[in-house]
Formats: sequence, C-alpha cells, structure tokens
Amino acid sequence: MAKMRLSLKTGVARFRPPVSLDDLAPGESGLLARIDLPEADATRLMELGFLPGASIVAARSAPGGDPRVFRVDGTEFALRRDTARRLLVEVAREGAV
Amino acid sequence: MSLLHSCEGCPVAALPVHGGAPRLVALVGPPNSGKSTLFNRLTGLRQKVANFPGVTVEQRRGRARLEGDHREVVLIDLPGVYSLTPRSEDERVTRDVLAGEMAGTPKPDAVLLILDSTNLNRHLVLAAPVLALGLPTLVVLNMADELANRGGAVDPEALATRLGVPVALVSASRGEGLEMVREFLSGAVGLPPSLDLPVLADIPKCRQWAVAIGDKAGYSQPAPPVWTRRLDAVFLHPVAGPLIFLVVVVAVFQTIFSAARPLMDAVDHAVSASGSWLSGVLPASALKSLLIEGVWGGVGSVVVFLPQILLLFLFIGLLEDSGYLARAALIADRTMRKAGLQGKSFLPLLSAYACAVPAVLAARTIENKRDRIATILIAPFMTCSARLPVYTLIIAAFLPERPLLGPLLGTRAAAMLGLYLLGFLAAFGTARLLKSSILKSDGAPFLLEMPPYRRPTLRQIGLRMYDRAKIFLRRAGTVILGVAVVLWILAHLPLSGGKMPEIASSVAGTIGRLIEPFVRPLGFDWRIGIGIVMSLAAREVIVGTLGTLYGMDPKAGSEGLQAALRHDLTPGGAVALLVFFAFAMQCLSTVAVVRRETGGWRWPAIQFAYMGLLAYSGAFVANRLVTLFLG
Repeated sequence: MAKMRLSLKTGVARFRPPVSLDDLAPGESGLLARIDLPEADATRLMELGFLPGASIVAARSAPGGDPRVFRVDGTEFALRRDTARRLLVEVAREGAV
Repeated sequence: MSLLHSCEGCPVAALPVHGGAPRLVALVGPPNSGKSTLFNRLTGLRQKVANFPGVTVEQRRGRARLEGDHREVVLIDLPGVYSLTPRSEDERVTRDVLAGEMAGTPKPDAVLLILDSTNLNRHLVLAAPVLALGLPTLVVLNMADELANRGGAVDPEALATRLGVPVALVSASRGEGLEMVREFLSGAVGLPPSLDLPVLADIPKCRQWAVAIGDKAGYSQPAPPVWTRRLDAVFLHPVAGPLIFLVVVVAVFQTIFSAARPLMDAVDHAVSASGSWLSGVLPASALKSLLIEGVWGGVGSVVVFLPQILLLFLFIGLLEDSGYLARAALIADRTMRKAGLQGKSFLPLLSAYACAVPAVLAARTIENKRDRIATILIAPFMTCSARLPVYTLIIAAFLPERPLLGPLLGTRAAAMLGLYLLGFLAAFGTARLLKSSILKSDGAPFLLEMPPYRRPTLRQIGLRMYDRAKIFLRRAGTVILGVAVVLWILAHLPLSGGKMPEIASSVAGTIGRLIEPFVRPLGFDWRIGIGIVMSLAAREVIVGTLGTLYGMDPKAGSEGLQAALRHDLTPGGAVALLVFFAFAMQCLSTVAVVRRETGGWRWPAIQFAYMGLLAYSGAFVANRLVTLFLG
C-alpha cells in the first residue's frame, strides 16, 4: 500500500490510462479515479467507500459473471457490470502491485 | 467506577426526566451494523411494529426495562442508513425523527449510534452527522467478538476521548458488554459533544476524519474473514453455486408444502373439532350459526396457514442472518433483471408461493422503492397455497387422470404445473409492464453489500418469527373476521317469517343473480357468481360456499360436489374458472397488507383493479377458446 502511494506521487507514467472497474480481472486491483454516474448515485457509492483514491479489488462474481463483486476497505459490494463500467480506476503496471 | 468509557473530565449529567413519560432513545446505525440485534436484545418481546405515518418505512418501538430502579426507556429502532442526507425515504425518516420533526414521534432524549467495529473506517463516518445533532449519544461498537477473532483492535476509551461521547464495545448477538448500554440508558451520560466535526457534505473529508479518529483510537482493521472467502468460493462457484441455490429453493418449497402439511392439517382439525364442540354446547340460534360458520370458519381459514408461514419465516431468518440471502440475491439478479426487477425481489417472490401476505412483508428488504412496489404488485400472481384447494377441486372434477410421461407426470399434475406457469408468466409480464411504464427504474444502480457469513442465533430468528406471525394474524385475522361476519350476514338475511332463508333467496343469492349477466360470458352461473363474491375474502372459501350451495339444491344434493360442478359447468367454464382464480386478487388480507406496506390505498386499488380486469378478460378468452375447440 505504501509503495502504491509512493509511485502515485513519483511517476504517473507507471500507470496505464484509466480503465473501468469492469475491466479488472478477478484478483486485480486499482485506485478509483472517477465515478461517471449522476451525483446522487456517486454520493451513495462514496458513502460506501468508493472514494477517489481508494483501492478497489475485483473479487468473485455471480456465477453468470454479472453482477460482479468488488472489495473496498475490507467490505464486499456487488455491482452490475453496467454500473462497474462507469467507475474508472488506475491500475499499476504489472509488477508494481 | 463507571463501566462506561467516558472521556476524562467530560461533564456527566443525568438524562432529562420529563413529567412521568418514559424517555425516548433512538437507535441509529448503518445497515448490517447489528442494530436490530441490539434492539431485540434490549427489548425482547416488549416491542411494537408500525409504519411511520404516510411513508412505507417501518417503525419499531420497544421498551427496555432497566435493572435497579425499574425504570423503563422507550427505544425506537430507526432504519439503517449510511448518512443523514435526506435522499432516500429511510434517510429522511431517520433525520426527521432525530431532529424532532417527525409527526407523532417526540424528539429523542438520547441516541445509541451502533457501528460495526469490524468496519469502523466506513461506519465511523456516520458519527459526524449524528454527533452534530448535539443529542446525548452513546457510540456502540458492535461485533466485538468478531473484531477480536479476526485480530483487529480498538481502544474504546481513546475513541471516547476523541469523540467527546462515551463508547461501548459490545457483541449484541452474544449479549456481551450490554451492561454499559444499560447504564447509559438509565441516565449517566456525557453532555452533548462540542468537537470539531468535518463539513458533512464533503464525503472524502468525512472519511478522512473518521480514519484519523480511528487511528488515534488505536483501531487496527481485522484480517479478512477467511471463512467467508472460503464459503463464497463454493456458494458463488460457477457450477456449484447455482446448484446449491436450486437446492435451497427446492428445500424451501418442500418445507412449505410437504413439511407444513401435517401441521396445517392438525390446525385445521383443531379448528373444526373445537367448532363442532362449540356447536354442540351452544343452543341453536342465529347467533350460534354466526359464531360457528362466520367467526370460527373465517378465522380458522386464516389460522390454518400459520404453520406454513412460521416455517417460511424460519427459512427467511436462516437465510438472512447467515448471510446466504445476499449471495442468493446475487445469483438471482440476472434472471430477475429480465423481468425488470433485481436480485432482492427473489425472496419475496419465492415466499409468495406460500402466501402473498408474508411475501409483501418480505419485500421490505428491497431499498429501492420502485422495485419494492413492483415486487409487491406482482407477488399475488404467484400460485399461493389458498389457490390449491380450488385448483384441486376443478381439475379433479373435469380432468380424468391419465399418464402423460409414464408414471412421472399425469394429466392432473400437468394441469397443476400449467397453472403455476400461468401465474408466473402473469407476474413476469406484469413486472415488465410496470418497470417499463409507471415504475420505470430511476436509474439508481443495484448495490448489494455482501456481509460475512455468520451463525444465525435462535433468539434472533425466534423473535422475527414471533413478530411476523403477530402481524400476519392481526392484519389477516381482523380483515378475515370482519369479512366473514359480513358474508355470513349476506348469506343469512333477510329473515323470512323469523327463519333464515336458504342461500339462494338470501342477499348473497340476490347478488349472485344480479351479477349473473356479468359472469355468464365467462361460462359461470349464479352459483359460481356467489362463490366468487364470497371468495373475495379468501380464495379457498369458494369450495365451502359451493358445497353449501349445492347441498341446498335438491337436484344435486345427493351428488358429490365434483359431479354437481360437472353438471353445471361446461369445460369452457371450468377452464375459465381456473384462469380467473389464477389472476384475480381474491384475498382481502393481501389488500390490507399492501395498503399497510405502501402507505395508502392507491397501490392496492390499482392492483385489485388490474388483477380483476386481467382475470375477467383471461377467463372470457379461455371460455371462448375451449368452447370453440370442443364445441
């Protein structure tokens, strides 16, 4: 975690351009960059811990692959994929995590 | 020495005592904080459930008796919220009650803020708006046992110093640490806090504040719940997950139909045995007939469903408290979405196969209001057990039993399955219709918290079964009682020469003849017409009514009810009757519960009219089609 913070400050170049939460493979994680949802819905997500800069891990998904489960700050939440696509994260390059 | 971890030097004062009225303490906390478990712990059976006026939010009040001075405190369990910003109905109600702006509820004297100690960084955010209210507050850090088991820690005393209010570390499910809560309730509390709170509208700032406070209170987050991850690997497995889900569904079905059957028969037997005992004791009179046929029969027809409903709530309790329900909702979401609904609609709709009343109550877990109303509106289409006696009678009278698929499936079972499918399709189609028109989604994303798996406690589940059974009996029982008395009067008046008339010449008979022109196109005569009117109270009543009607008819008196029906009803009329019962909302208990849960007459009126219209046109088409094919 400390390493991640450091790399955020020192070199943005080590991060790929933002991808959506839905692009994360199970087990991958990213730092939340933006929520592309109406304000009320974004606020609701932020109250649950989906805050800018928060580390989000893609966990298991429903057996059909949708909705998907994401872990933020130790708690798991299920989001439908069309919602997950509206949340953009920055993923460290391989090896950085 | 006080058990409370108060801040050092904090002024301690007694709670204000006003003129004899018990003090009101509000329980506030995020969903899944164990708020209701604590509430149940403190109040036991001394609780009442009602709705806040004009809204669909449940209001739960209870009395906590305090040791020592035998004083009582009234606790009010507010809905689970993440913030006090009034966006949802739950948040508005919570905010209004705490601000003293809720009609009929005085401003609380104090607040219990319940937070999950294993999720403190997230839950502590709610402390900012709650402490800003300035009410005497006790912060209750719940799930202390889980925090310790998973290697987390927090220093309640340090947290109390930082927050300026007392803090108790408890495990509500095990009843540990509650003496601190009771001590707070009996009066020794810190004065309202005066600390620097973050700007409430700025969520990231609030979160930073919460994390900083937690840090200073020595909070270390517990390790991830290992067992939950292991269990999820099975329950959400691409292959095993859906299979286990199906097993759970079948088990619920099996229980509410097969296992409940002997219990229901026993209750039925007890009701009729006590009825005939009573009828032997009482002198023959009109009053006796009212008591036995009206009251006893009417109430009995409801009480008979109690074992099934208790078993259903036992299952719901197990599923919900263990944490599996969230997984089931996750698995069901994809299918439910095809009907425009969501995963959380799954449980109410499954319950509706037993009875629509508990289904409507179970819809409370759906936070999204539009989805909840849509679920409530379609629930009565699911084939409830009150339809089964009607289906069985008509199918047995008109459909000879022949094997269709060898010994596996006979014609009668196939017809029954077809009726289940018919109800399901009506529910599905109606959901699509509603969700693409008046209840179109407001676009709020589907959000489902996946709580860790926990061992359900008997106490918690028992209390819920008691609670729900009470609502069922009170709501359904009073409605049925009233309707049964009215129907008895309709069937036994006017008196002719001091004697009660036969049903054909009674008010009910007159109504039956009056509506005959309307039911004629469906293939029904006046008797079925009366049966339909009488079964407005509860569907299965038609069986008894038809029995009475044909019992009085000299032409058919000696034949069994089935033979009588075959004589009077064309095959087209029989199919039409089945279709009518599949669609119509002939259940005033459901109407009453829908009114209660939706906070007014609007939705039950729409529902009743829609289902009635669908039933009438469906029966009309069915009658025409069958007559066309067979005629």
